[in-house]
Amino acid sequence: MFKFIAKRLTATVLVVTLVSMSVFLIFAFLPMDPARLTCGKGCSVPVIEANRHRLGLDVPVQVQYGRFIKGLFLGREYGDGAAKIECSAPAFGYSFNKHECVTTLIKSALPVTFSLAIGAFILWLSLGISLGVLAARRQGKWQDRASTVFVLVGISLPTFISGILIYLVALRLNLINPIEAGRWVSPFTNPIGWVKNFYLPWIVLALAFAATYTRFTRSNVIETSSEDYIRTARAKGLSEKVILRKHTLRAALAPIVTIAGLDFAGLLGGAIITEQIFNLPGLGRLSLRAVLIDYDLPVIVSTTILAATFVVVMNLVVDILYAYIDPRVRVG
Amino acid sequence: MKPFLEVKNLSVSFPTQDGLVKASNDISFSVARGETLAVVGESGSGKSVTTLAVMGLHNRNAANISGQAILNLETGPVDTISANPEVVRKLRGKSMAMIFQDPMSALHPYYSIGDQIAEAWGLYNEGSKADGLKRAVEMLDLVGIPGASKRVKEFPHQFSGGMRQRVMIAMALVNNPSLLIADEPTTALDVTVQSQILKLLKDMQEEFNMAVILITHDLGVVAEVADRACVMYAGKIVEQSAIDDIYYMPDHPYTIGLLNSIPRVDQLEGKRLQAIPGQPPSLISLPRGCSFRSRCTYSELVPNNKCATDVPNLDEKISGHFSRCHLTEAQLVKARSSAGGQA
Amino acid sequence: MTEPILKLEGLKKHFESTSGGIFNKKKGTVKAVDGIDLEILPGETVGLVGESGCGKTTAGRTVLKLYEPTEGKIIFQGQDITKLSRRQMKPLRAQMQMIFQDPFASLNPRQTVGTLIGATFDIQGIKPLGGVKQEVERLMERVGLNPEHVNRYPHEFSGGQRQRIGVARAIALKPKLIVADEPVSALDVSIQAQVVNLLDDLQEEFGLAYLFVAHDLSVVQHISDRVVVMYLGKVMEQADKKDLFLSPRHPYTKALLSAVPVPDPIKGRSRERIILSGDLPSPMNPPAGCVFNTRCWKVQDKCRVEVPALLQIAPNHRLACHFPEPAA
Repeated sequence: MFKFIAKRLTATVLVVTLVSMSVFLIFAFLPMDPARLTCGKGCSVPVIEANRHRLGLDVPVQVQYGRFIKGLFLGREYGDGAAKIECSAPAFGYSFNKHECVTTLIKSALPVTFSLAIGAFILWLSLGISLGVLAARRQGKWQDRASTVFVLVGISLPTFISGILIYLVALRLNLINPIEAGRWVSPFTNPIGWVKNFYLPWIVLALAFAATYTRFTRSNVIETSSEDYIRTARAKGLSEKVILRKHTLRAALAPIVTIAGLDFAGLLGGAIITEQIFNLPGLGRLSLRAVLIDYDLPVIVSTTILAATFVVVMNLVVDILYAYIDPRVRVG
Repeated sequence: MKPFLEVKNLSVSFPTQDGLVKASNDISFSVARGETLAVVGESGSGKSVTTLAVMGLHNRNAANISGQAILNLETGPVDTISANPEVVRKLRGKSMAMIFQDPMSALHPYYSIGDQIAEAWGLYNEGSKADGLKRAVEMLDLVGIPGASKRVKEFPHQFSGGMRQRVMIAMALVNNPSLLIADEPTTALDVTVQSQILKLLKDMQEEFNMAVILITHDLGVVAEVADRACVMYAGKIVEQSAIDDIYYMPDHPYTIGLLNSIPRVDQLEGKRLQAIPGQPPSLISLPRGCSFRSRCTYSELVPNNKCATDVPNLDEKISGHFSRCHLTEAQLVKARSSAGGQA
Repeated sequence: MTEPILKLEGLKKHFESTSGGIFNKKKGTVKAVDGIDLEILPGETVGLVGESGCGKTTAGRTVLKLYEPTEGKIIFQGQDITKLSRRQMKPLRAQMQMIFQDPFASLNPRQTVGTLIGATFDIQGIKPLGGVKQEVERLMERVGLNPEHVNRYPHEFSGGQRQRIGVARAIALKPKLIVADEPVSALDVSIQAQVVNLLDDLQEEFGLAYLFVAHDLSVVQHISDRVVVMYLGKVMEQADKKDLFLSPRHPYTKALLSAVPVPDPIKGRSRERIILSGDLPSPMNPPAGCVFNTRCWKVQDKCRVEVPALLQIAPNHRLACHFPEPAA
């Protein structure tokens, strides 16, 4: 098992490095001049060039990358002399637009996105799996048919529609104060306020994801139930409850580990639509703004690399979890 | 001493969209401790369906089961067909156990074999997990798995087919059942492994003084291990007797036909195989009269076209030897000799 | 001296097992077939027997070049086909056909019987007299199927009937050699005899040569003229049927034969049964010396070191063993 983990860990580090390089290269060769975008229309060439120097864009790509990596571990300075800006480690870059180290921006956006992701995750997993198990055990009966409807609706309804609908309904019912909404409160200082902020976007996201998980769980449970080893368990004298819990579910849900992990990782990169609708200042909104409105390249590069890293790391976690569950995978 | 298992008029049918599938009809047999009964038949003969009913493993919402399957326990007789499902469940793995055909898929891939055996033991015994594992090692030793104390932590996919079947046997026997039902236990195994497993089953039967029901389609295996046999066809028992009688004095055209159609390693004359023509009937629309009639070479010997109109009863043609056929014993003797072969 | 229709010289088929992943490192070699010599005369049936992992199925497929041989020679009708490309093989395929084991998996469920059998003509570009449809119906009748069912799909037939479709497909182009890979193992006992008889009849009618690959010794005994016993990729013993079954000289053959249950209770009770100990070694890691040494009750030091050569010990009887059993 350890050999397995070690191998996967090495591979993960490798992939993350490659990902960051690729992202860097892509943005380095975009036909947009980041220095030009640091100030508005009334920019003069000397200012642009000065900014280019301060952004560290006047050196070759590999040097830029090297500095970026160094900055991640040791912090970074932008420019020199009086206009020096320091960003402490991990330094993702500097946003001229917002006059902030990107790291600071990310640090304030991350808890929001994480709260959104974790709540939705727990909600959709419990909802999806229990509904799926129910539908599988009452196959053909009304519970099964109802779950099919739920699945259809959940999968077909895009989040921007369900999100807006729920928002409007909540507004109508005075459940949301549009001015207060989205202002971050820490769950440790104000748990109720925290939940109030998030319960609606949680529902929106959960609806979309739960549908897939219901369908998946249902078909997996049905398939697993007809496996020979379930028949053996019954022949041993185990009760149906124990069989479901220990034998059927463990086998049926193992593949869900992979999917769930990756879905969660995807959300960590920012649930763009949902954050926008509910005005949550998470990574999604940060990157959306940076792309659509500000053309803030350092922010874009950083959020992209961050999102990709989440996925790669989650991949590793999921692989290890899966190997723990299914011993057949542990070879090599 | 009553036989441990008495099956009386057991019938299992499945209502389906296409009609009622009469999987097994009016099955009666008994098995005593220390005795091996072979249930012989091809696919669709109803042999597995019957024993699954004895074990209470059918979904009662999907199957109509009637008749009785009485286990004569020390505490009194229990009919697994009519008893409360919870009562029957508590007999499974304890008084009666079953092993299946494909050991590869019959073990849970995610749990170690020690855990799976300990789980079976822990159902009916007080003790910690460690106790269960200790018992598992004992059982693995008993069934001849080398290095049992190490292998007990391993997973099913790390065992070969023969070893897996031994694990299945260990798991089935961990609580000393009085009845073991083995459903095609060696069909998926190589022939050299098959003889190892058959020997193991015989040894275990002696060790635990069990009644054993062996389900198979292999007439060679039956001859090797069984004391008595039931031959099944299209859901009914067509012949039932002590083992030697089945082979040397078969009393049913199906048995006669089967014995003459199988090639044998000890018969090298190269005679053409006498195949039984046609195919088994559909269990949804069984023909009127005898189910074997369309494939039987002797049905014209029966007057009044009886084979086409009347279902024959399971008659005791000679003492202890039952046959479901309209032919008289004399006609059957003639049929045997005209068919040739060893019969 | 008739020219053999098929001759195998030192045929080997090894599979590389890799670790997968980016680097795809070689993990080991599965020596599925590790040097077999074989001859089949026209109209003859050679049975290839052994247990799982012995390489008989791989051998059968390599003979037809469904796998490319790793080493050795395949000589078909006097022509060395070992190195022929797929294109060069195509016209020869009309002469060598295969019948597969699984009647459920070997037929395309989306094609009608007529299409399945007729496809052979299309592929080879042969137009039978009277047209493809007529020929297909004639073939169906010959194998015992109702020609009116020509437009039905495989799932509408029983296992035995599906196997007959496979047979019809194989004989459509009147081949000289048919490799039958466990053709009756998946069938019910009472149907097996029907298909075996069919194969017997067709052999007589068309002068077919069969390479009959199977693990069921009883069937092999019935249908073969000569028998080759394989274990872990190598030939253990090779002889005329009667010699092999009445007087097996190799310990493995003896053990194999003693393990086959006979439908005769009295014989069964009195028989000497040789029960092999241990498990089959992995084909990726075959034992050194004689591959059978780990399970042989007669094993001596020589067996663990020196690979026994396949030597002739009697007319038409070859053996690979350092310490053969005495003749019966």
